[in-house]
Amino acid sequence: MTTVYTLRIDGRDVAGSEDATVLDVARENGIDIPTLCHLDGITDRGACRLCMVEITGSNKLTPACMTKIVEGMEVTAHSDRLLEYRRAITEMLFVERNHICAVCVANNHCELQDTAEELGLTHFDLPRISPKVDIDASHRLFSIDHNRCILCLRCVRVCDEIEGAHTWDIMHRGLDTRVQTDMGIPWGESTTCTSCGKCVQVCPTGALFEKGRAVARGSKTRRPFLPWMKVVAEERGL
Amino acid sequence: MSLPRVATVWLDGCSGCHMSLVDMDERILDIFSRADLVYGPLVDFKEFPEDVDVCLVEGAVSSEEDLHKIRMVRERTKTLVSFGDCAVTSNVPGMRNPIGVGPLLDRAYLENVTLNPGIPSDIVPKLLPISTPVHRVVKVDVFLPGCPPSADLIFTMLDDLLAGRVPDVAGSRFGR
Ligand code: SF4
Ligand code: SF4
Ligand code: SF4
Ligand code: FES
Repeated sequence: MTTVYTLRIDGRDVAGSEDATVLDVARENGIDIPTLCHLDGITDRGACRLCMVEITGSNKLTPACMTKIVEGMEVTAHSDRLLEYRRAITEMLFVERNHICAVCVANNHCELQDTAEELGLTHFDLPRISPKVDIDASHRLFSIDHNRCILCLRCVRVCDEIEGAHTWDIMHRGLDTRVQTDMGIPWGESTTCTSCGKCVQVCPTGALFEKGRAVARGSKTRRPFLPWMKVVAEERGL
Repeated sequence: MSLPRVATVWLDGCSGCHMSLVDMDERILDIFSRADLVYGPLVDFKEFPEDVDVCLVEGAVSSEEDLHKIRMVRERTKTLVSFGDCAVTSNVPGMRNPIGVGPLLDRAYLENVTLNPGIPSDIVPKLLPISTPVHRVVKVDVFLPGCPPSADLIFTMLDDLLAGRVPDVAGSRFGR
């Protein structure tokens, strides 16, 4: 039998099962915490830090997606300080690479844009870095434009955990960090990729997209199937 | 009592933000019954005047002329609005930033040209090393992102500014 814990989030009394995260319980109760790397159906990794919350008794900020609930926990999910940090994180994601929404396949279907809009981010105080960044269009069906990658690593996790191919991984460090296919060879030469397209479906931005999609036509309509696929994979013992 | 003085300027942009302004349709009559349009591509005044109350700036700051102009506009304007993504983020004009001016001009005027190759130097203003958002050069009071911002957003913002309210830009978004 699972134990149920009670806790408070933003002053509201809520409850969840012992294996739930703060994010799970918040969402079940209609408390909206912004996220970018979290996706129902794949393992959380705590990459984007947007879901940071304050927990009474701790002076650190804690990612809600990675934190299991505890009996009697007091969580602050919304405060001026958290809003300021979330805006700063989103701003850094924008200026780190080259996001030109007007010419992006994901324009208007992009979770980074959604996040900026929700947080009321209307401009960037930080200068853009404007790095020279590559595009790999060698795959028959899909392309990756690293200009728009926010390193959420959803592609890495879905390819490994759901498709079981583990084509994607990461290489290099800091500003040079890139997602890569098969130890850094062009995607089109990958021998592990099954061309299933899951990575494209889960990518929150216009970094991964289907070839032949025009600007603003890159909606990821098949994403809701993911949690269901995860259940099937678990039942089959994969 | 004289009406508030509104101006618009067009730096490095495609004029789409101005098109969206015109797209307010008959609401433009409402706005300009409460304000005078004293300068901009939509009217025929040669000089940017003194004592402007609100100025909408379309486009990024990309050339020496843009830089000169925006500094003068800032001096003469009370409320400066960064109007649309090119002004706010440098957007499409900023796509050249990772390339650099030298290789960019070579590509456009030398490598892909068969007739009279040569980089223009007279008359046209010199490009700045990078194309920048307006607020990296002068102080901006209001940001209205969007490519272009919708006519509804522009109307709400102007309506608020003319009524002396803090402008509501909720619903604005990069891109779109
Ligand atoms: S990925 Fe999103 S934020 Fe980046 S350019 Fe495309 S639409 Fe804009
Ligand atoms: S298409 Fe499928 S197998 Fe290929 S990289 Fe993407 S998720 Fe992995
Ligand atoms: S390619 Fe897309 S899914 Fe993969 S890390 Fe970058 S933004 Fe995330
Ligand atoms: S959603 Fe929690 S760190 Fe990204």
